[in-house]
Amino acid sequence: MGELIVVENLTRDYVMGDVTVQALRGVTLSIAEGSFVAISGASGSGKSTFMNVIGCLDRPTSGRYLLGGQDMLALERSELPKVRGRKIGFVFQGFNLLSRTSAYENVELPLLYQNVDSGERRKRVTDALTRVGLADRMDHTPSQLSGGQQQRVAIARALVNQPMLLLGDEPTGNLDTRTGIDIMELFLELNRQGITIVMVTHEPDIAQYAERNLVFRDGRPVSDTRVATRRDPAGERAHLSALEAEVKIQ
Amino acid sequence: MNLLMIIRVALRALRRNRMRSTLTVLGIIIGVASVIAMIGIGQGARASVQSQIASLGSNLVMIFSGSTSRGGVAMGWGASSALKEDDAKAILAECPSVVNVSPVVRSPGQVVFGDQNWSTSVQGVWASYPEIRDWPLVAGAFFSDSDVRGSAKVCVIGKTVEDNLFGTSDPIGQTIRIKKLPFRVVGVLSSKGTDPRGQDQDDIIVAPLTVVQKQMAGTTSVNNIMASTSSPLLAGQAIDEMTALLRQRHRIGPNDNDDFIIRSQADIASTAEATSQIMTMLLGSIAGVSLLVGGIGIMNIMLVSVTERTREIGIRLAVGAAEKDILFQFLLEAALLSLVGGVIGVALGILTSQIVSSVAKWPTLVSPASIVLSLCFSGLVGIFFGFYPARKASRLDPIEALRYE
Ligand SMILES: Nc1ncnc2c1ncn2[C@@H]1O[C@H](COP(=O)(O)OP(=O)(O)OP(=O)(O)O)[C@@H](O)[C@H]1O
Ligand SMILES: [Mg+2]
Repeated sequence: MGELIVVENLTRDYVMGDVTVQALRGVTLSIAEGSFVAISGASGSGKSTFMNVIGCLDRPTSGRYLLGGQDMLALERSELPKVRGRKIGFVFQGFNLLSRTSAYENVELPLLYQNVDSGERRKRVTDALTRVGLADRMDHTPSQLSGGQQQRVAIARALVNQPMLLLGDEPTGNLDTRTGIDIMELFLELNRQGITIVMVTHEPDIAQYAERNLVFRDGRPVSDTRVATRRDPAGERAHLSALEAEVKIQ
Repeated sequence: MNLLMIIRVALRALRRNRMRSTLTVLGIIIGVASVIAMIGIGQGARASVQSQIASLGSNLVMIFSGSTSRGGVAMGWGASSALKEDDAKAILAECPSVVNVSPVVRSPGQVVFGDQNWSTSVQGVWASYPEIRDWPLVAGAFFSDSDVRGSAKVCVIGKTVEDNLFGTSDPIGQTIRIKKLPFRVVGVLSSKGTDPRGQDQDDIIVAPLTVVQKQMAGTTSVNNIMASTSSPLLAGQAIDEMTALLRQRHRIGPNDNDDFIIRSQADIASTAEATSQIMTMLLGSIAGVSLLVGGIGIMNIMLVSVTERTREIGIRLAVGAAEKDILFQFLLEAALLSLVGGVIGVALGILTSQIVSSVAKWPTLVSPASIVLSLCFSGLVGIFFGFYPARKASRLDPIEALRYE
């Protein structure tokens, strides 16, 4: 399989008055199509900045960025929304759903911006919500859903345009351990179906679900390792239940 | 994204903020409703003034005794005794543009019939009076020239007088007492309604000039002279002829002022027209200001909304919305708000002007033009005041917007 993401010497400077913060200091790496990568590192090490750049939400100060062989930095600013809408799905720590809007309409949102006709929209939205196990919650608004369910709606929204890349910036950051396992199960399932996943996490446990771990420090990756023994959600859940049972006995 | 999708997105966003949308729309409703109502009322009033002026009689030229000053005190129109019956005779004989003339002497008087009595205005006129005023009779006939010459004690009464003295019984041939003098009723005038000053024109008794002059008013002069021309186009010419004649008859030197005032119907009409036009404009501009305030309300709400919905905008940008999608969404939200407000406002405005005109007994005049105009205007208000906030929204940086708390 080829490389989906290739970045070379990527830098991103934030200029504030006469102080310049170098959030990225020359990142060079590539991510293979169909892989599952976890990024960790200290706070302020540039993880989110990196995700924003490869997600085409932000543009780097210098460097090269190829997504699926296409040079993203050669694109006009006005062409970026199309890339975000068609090739990339985002999942954020804070879910970022539209409030007072049903799960169905939240998931439908990306399709509206890509002119998908109404029959196709209904099919895809229903399909995406079914994949995340929320077929029976389509009319619920975010305030009527649990955190884990909200994150699943967000994942369904990220999937609905059939992207090749799923980006998660601390997707389990606001969730308890058990719900975090559920979300990872979903990620693994999607990854098996061929979607490339890059996620930021500060939890070592969560990073172990990925096949490759990157650690950032001071705006660049300092380690890049294969995960020897990947976690599997069923095992983790059993382990967790055993722990809980122990606590109860005591 | 096509227009249909943007409309869908905008409608959903408005529905999510139902309370705010309603309040914003309210401002526009009030603005548009007041524009429609104010213009409707103004135009209704104008139409009613016009019909009242027309009721005075067409092709009419009025001559009043001019203002004179006695002992330094300026007197009003008709205060001097400059006009005489002979002036009227001379006008009829010597002014070719004038086809009909009648002097008018007014005297207030108490009228009695049986046990009914009524105070009204008794006017002494010539037999040509109904023709000049274009005022047909509904019963009987007007008195003749020979009645006027012979000072016959006959009279023609207005509708209001008939109603008050006779009720439903037939007044023709009955004898009534005007200031204690017996008069035979020979005719009843048709109803004309109120004049531009709001006076009831049907509250009148007309009788031969000579009788009223000598036996009631006790004067040798007349209050005014009414003249009519064959067409309104001749009014100016008639005024010139009469002015020259009266100046000569009253021996007014070339450097002295007229002791009479001549006004044509057209003058009176244009004055009243101008007055009601000013009123319409005044009402319209007050209403326009409230529409403007409604527009600023929209801008205010949209600006607040852009700030409050920063995160929403960030989400939309992240899932693939282009700048212009956001721009059009916010523009459309503003336009939809003001258009909905416009439609409801038009309905409310029509209702209001109908209520006002039915209370004031004016004709309702909500012209289609004013409806179309205020609808377009409210749409434009929405787009104009919505543009700045919409542009602000579309220029947001996706990351900043997503991070916004
Ligand atoms: N909009 C901005 N303006 C100025 N500086 C910024 C901006 N965004 C990020 N930075 C700076 O860039 C650096 C990297 O930030 P980034 O958000 O990528 O860190 P991170 O690795 O995601 O941290 P965390 O784990 O806390 O989320 C930080 O020093 C941060 O202060
Ligand atoms: Mg971060």
